[in-house]
Amino acid sequence: MTAVVPGALDTDTRPAPDAVGARTVRAARRGRRALLRRPTFLVSVAILLGWVALAVGWHAFGLQPFAKTGGLLQPPSGAHWFGTDSLGRDVFARVAAGARPALLIGPFGAALATVLGGTLGLLAGYHRGWVDTALMRFFDVLLALPSLIFLVVLVGAFGVSTPALILIVGVLFAPGIARIVRATVLVEMGKSYVQAARLQGESAFRAMLTELLPNVVGVFVIQAVLSLGAAIFITASLSFLGLGSQPPAADWGLDINANRAYLQAAWWTVVFPGVAVASIVVSANLIADNLKEVTG
Amino acid sequence: MTEPLVRVEGLTVAYRGVRVVDDVSFTIEPGGSYGLVGESGSGKSTVAGTLTASLDPDATVSATTITVDGSDVVALRREALRRFRRDVVAVVHQEPGLALNPTMTVGRQVAEVLRARGSGRADAEAATVQAFTRVGLPTPETVGVRYPHELSGGQQQRVAIAMALVARPRLLVLDEPTTGLDSTVEAGIMALIDELRTELGFATLLISHNLPLVAAHCDRVGVLRRGVLVEEGSATRVLLAPSDPYTVQLVEALPDITAGKPAGRPAADESAADEPAAQRAPDVLVTVRGLRKEYEGQAALDGVDLDLHRGEVLGVVGESGSGKTTFGRALAGLVGYDGTIAVAGGGGHGVGRDPRRTPPVQVVFQNADASLNPRRTVRQVLGRAIRLLHGAGSAEELAARVGLAADVLDRRPAQLSGGQKQRVAIARAFAGPVPLVVCDEPTSALDVSVQARILDLVLDLQRTTGTTCVFISHDLAVVRRVADRIAVFEAGRIVDLAPAERVFDDGTHPRTRALVEAAFDLRRRAGLTGRVATA
Repeated sequence: MTAVVPGALDTDTRPAPDAVGARTVRAARRGRRALLRRPTFLVSVAILLGWVALAVGWHAFGLQPFAKTGGLLQPPSGAHWFGTDSLGRDVFARVAAGARPALLIGPFGAALATVLGGTLGLLAGYHRGWVDTALMRFFDVLLALPSLIFLVVLVGAFGVSTPALILIVGVLFAPGIARIVRATVLVEMGKSYVQAARLQGESAFRAMLTELLPNVVGVFVIQAVLSLGAAIFITASLSFLGLGSQPPAADWGLDINANRAYLQAAWWTVVFPGVAVASIVVSANLIADNLKEVTG
Repeated sequence: MTEPLVRVEGLTVAYRGVRVVDDVSFTIEPGGSYGLVGESGSGKSTVAGTLTASLDPDATVSATTITVDGSDVVALRREALRRFRRDVVAVVHQEPGLALNPTMTVGRQVAEVLRARGSGRADAEAATVQAFTRVGLPTPETVGVRYPHELSGGQQQRVAIAMALVARPRLLVLDEPTTGLDSTVEAGIMALIDELRTELGFATLLISHNLPLVAAHCDRVGVLRRGVLVEEGSATRVLLAPSDPYTVQLVEALPDITAGKPAGRPAADESAADEPAAQRAPDVLVTVRGLRKEYEGQAALDGVDLDLHRGEVLGVVGESGSGKTTFGRALAGLVGYDGTIAVAGGGGHGVGRDPRRTPPVQVVFQNADASLNPRRTVRQVLGRAIRLLHGAGSAEELAARVGLAADVLDRRPAQLSGGQKQRVAIARAFAGPVPLVVCDEPTSALDVSVQARILDLVLDLQRTTGTTCVFISHDLAVVRRVADRIAVFEAGRIVDLAPAERVFDDGTHPRTRALVEAAFDLRRRAGLTGRVATA
């Protein structure tokens, strides 16, 4: 007989010291607070929210992006903060109004890409085998195509309507997201909790939804924000190429193209829309970076 | 020798005001071997970190004296610290797979140490081959071009030791050097370290939760508990005549190789529980015939035939790579296989069977950390298990049955201790009337004192529910405590299958005898079997 008396060594039946529990809760809260203490995160969120506000309510500010409100190609002044373009329209009003098309296709396209890519990545990582192989080889093909040229072809085929552009952006960005989600899922599948759930008779659908998804949702959020920046950039590129909004619509890519000729004489007509695109793309990336660092 | 190599007096280490090491004092003579024993979180690794001057920057260290080879470790800065780490101490870490750089051949990694000490390229290469020869690696001339992942765990640890020793340190710190290695590999590694110590004259500090291991390989032993050195003395004294109650508990909690399954505790199913399974008319639950499984052309299972009787506990032992884990996974239906596994009552097994029936097989995994979803509370896990396994009662009752306090129910795995997590995993497996539970090394990741009680819990649940149990372990002492019959695996086959007592008393197959010998040897050297026999 061994000399073991059940319960004699009372180190583990006793609940874990409260310090342990409190520590994890505190760590989570500290993560959130740390996010709010990061200047790059706060500034980026403020910039994004500012653009959203302009996209939704630029009418309310009495801006007139389409009317001739001053002289031609006037440099920035008190009356026209960003100067005027070759038709005498206020560049500030046009940049503000241009937030609307940029924030229409980009976010919806990114959301579609995240849902589509995330689902396919989850399926591929969960089932592995031929499902995984088939999906991943197909994505490899999509990713091998130069995205802008591929996009131009698709736009040529399906037209430049907003729903078509959202769909195209969504399909274009989905493979990259699917790959990253799949990789994360594979790491989680290496842990035995999903197997344990399946052994208990949990259906594949429930195992994916209730066991896996909560553990990979952080990756979803980060990828969504990252693809938001990329989607806005690519839609601006499309309208620059004349494959998006048409004149006289206020659109950053369109304006940059229209005013290219005046770059030397009237830099403000090109620089301000360009800065607008850059500010959104950089903000989205910084937000994603901060999320990544905090969630670790 | 008048001056000790390591002198620690009144060492206290705190992280953000929390003391993890509290007033610890000990000395190590040059060429001596000192063992620090303690459970996880006892502060033993922090002590090692202090001696090698590699603690976190936010640790506050205070000590009356803390010198290694004459230098005050805490006061070392920059160049002096670099010289200290280069010339005086070396560390062999717990996970050789993580301690070695995966993108560099092992030869280059060892040579790098020599190059840092100023050797020329050719000299470094020659010395590397010499070091590999010394640590007993096969084909020392050519093993250097391999990458760490191409070596086995034992070989990786030998490389790590070679790397530590080419620097000719005065003090070698071994932080759980054999955890995760098989018992025969462990014996080899420890024998190598002992041999090299006598030969090269360095001192060792062995840190481990494994008391017999420490006692067998160290002159002096210190027992740490929550940062306090509760007992210190010569190895035999600490083991044979422990004075501190905690040490007494540790010694007593060791799974005892000479003790079989405790018999005759009152059980619900008395007719089944009180007589050994082998003597009853065999009521076969699972029939395994010609079971085969290949991984990339290598046979993990090579023709296994076995009948599992209803209500028995089958112990499965073998070295890693012998196929014992694959066997458990095949039984659970977690891997594909050739051959047949028939569970009485039909309905198929593993995933993808008829969802309306109770799943016939549950698994208690080795690593409770990974087998519990980090996002779910204990209550959610148990509640769901009861529903899916068609069990009776509530999550509270189930938790109480496995000895979990009610206030644990609303916690998530990260807020539980290792033992509590494994209790949750066991509760999940026994949540309903499941005919077969496969336990895959359920205690190997736990501290010794917790291990014993988890084993008792599994046995207790198995008896009260009459469940058939397959218990996989590399530790014969553990298996002997729980099993009615023992199957010994080697190279994917069952080489020995007999009632537990017979395997120990007159195991016929050489592999069985080697395993039994390895288990006995360690305990004999630690003076354990003698003590227990007379106790």
